[in-house]
Amino acid sequence: MEIDPFIFRLSIFILSIFIGYYVVWSVTPSLHTPLMSVTNAISSVIIVGAIIAALAESRENVFNTSSIFGFIAIILAAINIFGGFLVTQRMLQMYKKKKGKKK
Amino acid sequence: MMSANLSAVFYLISGILFILALRGLSSPDTSRQGNYFGIAGMIIAIVVTFLSVGNFSTSLAYVIIFLIIGGAVGAFIAFKIPMTAMPELVAGFHSLVGLAAVFVAIAAYLNPEAFNLGVIGNIKLASLIEMSIGAAVGAITFSGSIIAFLKLRGIMSGSPITFSGQHFLNLIIGIAIFALIFYLCKTQFNYIFWTLIAVSLLVGVLLIIPIGGADMPVVISMLNSYSGWAAAGIGFTLENTALIITGALVGSSGAILSYIMCKAMNRSFISVILGGFGADNSSDNTKEKRDQKPVKSGNAEDAAFLMKNASSVIIVPGYGMAVAQAQHALREMVDKLKQNDIKVTYAIHPVAGRMPGHMNVLLAEANVPYDEVFELEDINNDFANSDVAFVIGANDVTNPVAKTDPKSPIFGMPVLDVEKCKSVLFVKRSLSPGYAGIDNELFYKDNTLMLFADAKKMTEDIVKNLD
Repeated sequence: MEIDPFIFRLSIFILSIFIGYYVVWSVTPSLHTPLMSVTNAISSVIIVGAIIAALAESRENVFNTSSIFGFIAIILAAINIFGGFLVTQRMLQMYKKKKGKKK
Repeated sequence: MMSANLSAVFYLISGILFILALRGLSSPDTSRQGNYFGIAGMIIAIVVTFLSVGNFSTSLAYVIIFLIIGGAVGAFIAFKIPMTAMPELVAGFHSLVGLAAVFVAIAAYLNPEAFNLGVIGNIKLASLIEMSIGAAVGAITFSGSIIAFLKLRGIMSGSPITFSGQHFLNLIIGIAIFALIFYLCKTQFNYIFWTLIAVSLLVGVLLIIPIGGADMPVVISMLNSYSGWAAAGIGFTLENTALIITGALVGSSGAILSYIMCKAMNRSFISVILGGFGADNSSDNTKEKRDQKPVKSGNAEDAAFLMKNASSVIIVPGYGMAVAQAQHALREMVDKLKQNDIKVTYAIHPVAGRMPGHMNVLLAEANVPYDEVFELEDINNDFANSDVAFVIGANDVTNPVAKTDPKSPIFGMPVLDVEKCKSVLFVKRSLSPGYAGIDNELFYKDNTLMLFADAKKMTEDIVKNLD
């Protein structure tokens, strides 16, 4: 009997939820804001769907109804990717330990 | 053109890099490296997508142009945004993820061949369900985040908007969404798909308008979670591992943050969703109390005197500090105190600020070392052994009523034991109640000295008096 590939994806999904659960609980509360901005950035990996849609042109025509939605989605996701990672980086740069004194 | 198997392996790698990105946030030392992992994962995912589509015609040029336009806008925002505006920014970003999910779902619906999902009018059932869920959740995330953004930005009033039959209406619409998905799968009529998106947009608005300003940390976390589930829904449609893994990570991350925020306010998730909290319905009661009880108030000189003679001071910052932009002045004050060999630490309540961890970022921006900043459970016992608590911009999170009065709406909420300090300095503009709409008993304690002023102005004055 063959297993539907959907079941494999579902398995990945469920296991990832568990990974997410344990990884996120270990995030220190002082970094919860960067956590949100970085999750924002990585969820914009949805851009792969946008790229596929945008590149799926008909031969004559770069812009058809479907690819236009793809192109707009690329802009939206790109704002998020650059904005998300850069603002996270900016925040993380600010977290510093006490100068000099080390325990 | 890259084979589907090979690209699947690379998507898996980028998924793993995203896990490592979150893992890095377990400590500030490893967090920067974690962010690089995240960036690497993103680059891999994008490059692999280009290679696996294998279309290097004119469209590719457009894709890159649009990518650069979006990237430039994003980078510009990231560098310009003040740290106090982080909650709005995150809400805004969530709305973009939601909208992108909707657009990708629309593109897939209009051109299913490009995604191997069947042909127009005969899309595979499973794919259709997945993309409808992705589109619906994406649309809810989008419109919900827009409302959250408007509320946080102050364009829309932060007070809850409620009307009779609201919950019933939401229930009806919720059922309607499932019905629409069901009929869409049965008939594949285009108009049902568009109706589904329109109705979902409406739900997003209805879901967020009844939630008041005090619950914003929960709302942002919740929308964070939704944006993840939307991405996961699209991930199933596109059969893309990176997207499925990321969606699951982000979804559970947002859910955990919502849970932490709810717990910090001792509210159930359901009651936050139902909304209406923080409505100004106890004002008469407050006024009465204000007239009855005496309050001690002082000026910057008194405050400086008290702190100079202390040996340990705990700072309790809240959202008011962010509004007044007082974090830099505060840092200056603390530097002065430290020069006098006074031990200074910061106590942060989980819901201080408008989003999880907001205060920590603001203090970090003002160059406060993160090992001087403590969470509620780590510092709460220290108040009894400290001389001065300096409450700046916080209110409800210090209210002892939460421990003593079972009738209070915030009863049971974990609060900072500020009143146990030998003396309390409370910087506030007036005696008005906080977001929870209740009076703070701390104002009337014998050991409390109220400093009525703008947080920044008062802190600067104290700095002058410390010399």
